[in-house]
Amino acid sequence: MGETITFWVLAVVSVGAALGVVFNRKAVYSALMLGTVMLSLAVLYAVQDAPFLAAVQIIVYTGAIMMLFLFVLMLVGVDSSDSFVETLKGQRFWAAIAALGFVTLIVLAFGNAIFADEVGLAQATAQGGYIRSIALLLFTKYVFAFEITSALLITAALGAMVLAHRERLTEKATQKDLSRARFLGDRPSPLPGPGTYARNNAIDMPALLPDGSVAESSVNRYIARYDVEHGHLPEDPKLAAAIRHRADDEGSESGDAESNAEESNGVTK
Amino acid sequence: MESQIAEIAQHTGGVIGLSWLMIAFPLVGAFVLLVFGRFTNRWGHLLGVAMSLASFAVAVLGFFELIGFGEEERRRAVHLYEFIPGMVDMGLLIDPLSISFALLITGVGSLIHIYSIGYMSHDEHRRRFFAYLNLFVAAMLLLVLADNYVGLFIGWEGVGLASYLLIGFWQFKPSAAVAAKKAFVVNRVGDFGLLVGMFVIWTTFGTLTFQGLGEQITPGTENGTMLAIGLLLLLGACGKSAQLPLQSWLLDAMEGPTPVSALIHAATMVTAGVYLVVRSGAFFFPEGSGAALAVAVVGAATLLAGAIIGCAKDDIKKGLAGSTMSQIGYMMLGAGLGPAGYAFAIGHLITHGFFKADLFLGAGSVMHGMNDEVDMRKYGGLRKFMPVTFATFFIGYLAIIGFPLLSGYFTKDGIIETAVHHQPILGWLAVLGAGITGFYMSRMVFMTFFGQKRWADDAHPHESPSVMTVPLMVLSLGALGLGAYLVLSNRLMLFLAPAVGRPEELPAFHFTSTPGLATLALVAVGAAFAWMRYGRAEVPSVQPRGSFLTTFARRDLYGDALNESLFMRPGQWLTRIAVFFDNRGIDGLVNGLAAGIGGSSGRLRRIQTGFARTYALSILIGAALLTGALLLVGNI
Amino acid sequence: MTTHYLILSGLLFAIGAMGVLIRRNAIVVFMCVELMLNACNLAFVTFSRQVGNLEGQIIAFFVMVVAAAEVVVGLAIIVTIFRTRRSASVDDANLLKY
Repeated sequence: MGETITFWVLAVVSVGAALGVVFNRKAVYSALMLGTVMLSLAVLYAVQDAPFLAAVQIIVYTGAIMMLFLFVLMLVGVDSSDSFVETLKGQRFWAAIAALGFVTLIVLAFGNAIFADEVGLAQATAQGGYIRSIALLLFTKYVFAFEITSALLITAALGAMVLAHRERLTEKATQKDLSRARFLGDRPSPLPGPGTYARNNAIDMPALLPDGSVAESSVNRYIARYDVEHGHLPEDPKLAAAIRHRADDEGSESGDAESNAEESNGVTK
Repeated sequence: MESQIAEIAQHTGGVIGLSWLMIAFPLVGAFVLLVFGRFTNRWGHLLGVAMSLASFAVAVLGFFELIGFGEEERRRAVHLYEFIPGMVDMGLLIDPLSISFALLITGVGSLIHIYSIGYMSHDEHRRRFFAYLNLFVAAMLLLVLADNYVGLFIGWEGVGLASYLLIGFWQFKPSAAVAAKKAFVVNRVGDFGLLVGMFVIWTTFGTLTFQGLGEQITPGTENGTMLAIGLLLLLGACGKSAQLPLQSWLLDAMEGPTPVSALIHAATMVTAGVYLVVRSGAFFFPEGSGAALAVAVVGAATLLAGAIIGCAKDDIKKGLAGSTMSQIGYMMLGAGLGPAGYAFAIGHLITHGFFKADLFLGAGSVMHGMNDEVDMRKYGGLRKFMPVTFATFFIGYLAIIGFPLLSGYFTKDGIIETAVHHQPILGWLAVLGAGITGFYMSRMVFMTFFGQKRWADDAHPHESPSVMTVPLMVLSLGALGLGAYLVLSNRLMLFLAPAVGRPEELPAFHFTSTPGLATLALVAVGAAFAWMRYGRAEVPSVQPRGSFLTTFARRDLYGDALNESLFMRPGQWLTRIAVFFDNRGIDGLVNGLAAGIGGSSGRLRRIQTGFARTYALSILIGAALLTGALLLVGNI
Repeated sequence: MTTHYLILSGLLFAIGAMGVLIRRNAIVVFMCVELMLNACNLAFVTFSRQVGNLEGQIIAFFVMVVAAAEVVVGLAIIVTIFRTRRSASVDDANLLKY
């Protein structure tokens, strides 16, 4: 009875979470939903006399693989949400047809099949218990496959390193180069700090220059863009116009912004 | 049986056994001269002459050995080697007919070789010229000496090749190259006839040797197959001998050097057709048969056509070429009259070989002294400047028009009388042709050697060197007396009888027969007319426009125009149709197939969109279908 | 209960497959692939208990290992593509076509 209740609860949760994986616009939510599915499945494994697998599922999948996913998501850009406009003609329709057809087939096949009572793993694990039986199989009958998986893992690790590695094509800029570039550029000095000295102590407020004009470059571009998107604009029209202008500014900044971009190329979006 | 042809006896020893040397000598000469090329430049012409003379010597010795045998044993076969196993053994047949030809070919050939030393002395390719001449002599001897049709055909093609090479000897002249090609192509038509004739002979009788045919064919047999073979062989003879309707190449062939015209296109090669008819006469052209009549009709038509063409030509060599056509027409006419005509045909062939070579070489001598000018309107009054040439040319002229007691008189008159006796209409046409001959030959002589000087300012006519005049003298001797020697008391007829048979009763030569007198009268009229027009009167040095008849003759009786409109144009149309069909039909099919496959591939490859999701969709649909199928067949 | 587990497994598999087909973000597509693998594992474990044989669990274990390796390489590939093309959409990588 306990297993039935567990099953139905977890079945509903896992199917719902799986649908969430597919239909969430934000990839981070998809990842979290997938974590939910995996945890549910881990519990289902445990219920089905597979505690070892349940542990591995939590450690390997939820612990390692999901973290890897999230890490890459952060690298690629966490806040971008996907467009749900389908560009391939008929793709969704046929995908739904195929998936539904497949499910129908599975339901028909297993629903009509009459299974005998579960044999259970009692006899299979009679010699020395569950963990010992698993170990026995893994290190005797499947030892060769096991060794091969180790080779596979090493290869995968090497492959990932090779793929992610980037050759440095130019000489690393020395301090001398950087300083020369700065003095040859538009602005030898550092960017001005934000206007946190006056009536406002927020970092998204532009500074005022001694003559009273607004220093646009004192606000971070991304922060300005966030303010524009969410309507957090100051009441002073002069400052608001400066932030809007800063948010539209796509061009590269001189000075530290440039070296910043070089350090973490591929992360900005 | 008076007309019976003698049996052929095998022969192994003696000079006749070595008669293959006749062919081998000039062949070796040609080989050496062609293979060793420039190394032989200095003495090549001497080697050519020596080889030709050696061949002549063998022929003379063979001739004397042959007449040493009894009359019934004068056909000797010399087996050489197995040529095509089970089909053809290569061998030579030495009999009165072939030895006569061999003597003519090597004798006149040697004289022309000697003459060419002088004539070609300024040509840088003289060595090559002698190589081709030797090649020709070898091929021609193979043609007449072979004891089967295959050997004859090889020689036949060999002389065709030599003729092609020699007509186009000055191939840097476009006209010479075109003339050579024309001769080759027209000859192909005739060769085709000969070849198909040989096929029919083989399928009908299973043999191609003259001996085998002689054993199988009862003399006088006449049926459809024999007529077909006869007409096919006649087609071959027409091509080689420039008889109607394949006459058009001979006039253009005069583009070759003059000794070539004398040897190949007057004395020997063009008479190969006559040889073919006479050699096959006992088998396929029996007296009174349709094939023989066809031969006679072709001969009569050609003798008139050639004579008419000869009247209008101002080019001395082309005039002589028309005359050659005409004279070979006489021979064909004689050859179409059965054994009675054979002897006269061969006799005329031999004497014609002498006097026509004499005339051609005389013309060559004139050209040699006149800066290679060939237009007779630019000659005139040359008899004082080239007395020897004039004398020999004049003897040849008298011989060809049939001046009493000279060669042509006896042999041509023999043909005419036999023709009047057997085919009266053709015979009287031959009489008419003789009259025209009298006119155009006189015209040639008067325009060249009489009248006023009309030559160009830079011409300095002079007598040719003795290496050229001596052969002329020898040839004119033949033109003088050979006819009388051969015809009187039927010497040639009796000599040839073992090879070609002989008539029931031997003809006696009448000096005062009606056709003979008529011929003489017509010739006299023709010569007198020519004297009035060209001897006494002024000859315009530019060709006058002339009447319709003159134009007709000048244009070679529209033979070229006829060939072009009947064969060349339809051939071109056919080619164009074939090209059109090839371009649109076959290419269209192939290209269409390729375009169809290419087009459908171009559409099919659109399936490869590059979108991984599309591929994934097809995989999922495939997997679902597979699962469904497995469930349906109940294996899950 | 076996039937229920198997139908749940099939449902998860189909949902994952549909996600692969309709999502364009390469990382989400990859997650859906993982979902499909997990659905398979559930079926393995279920059958293992049904027939009383531990080998189903062993296979599920190997599937996890292979999936881990696959994720490592696959994510590295996605990062590389993103680095060069500034996009993680699977539809943008469509150069290999007609």
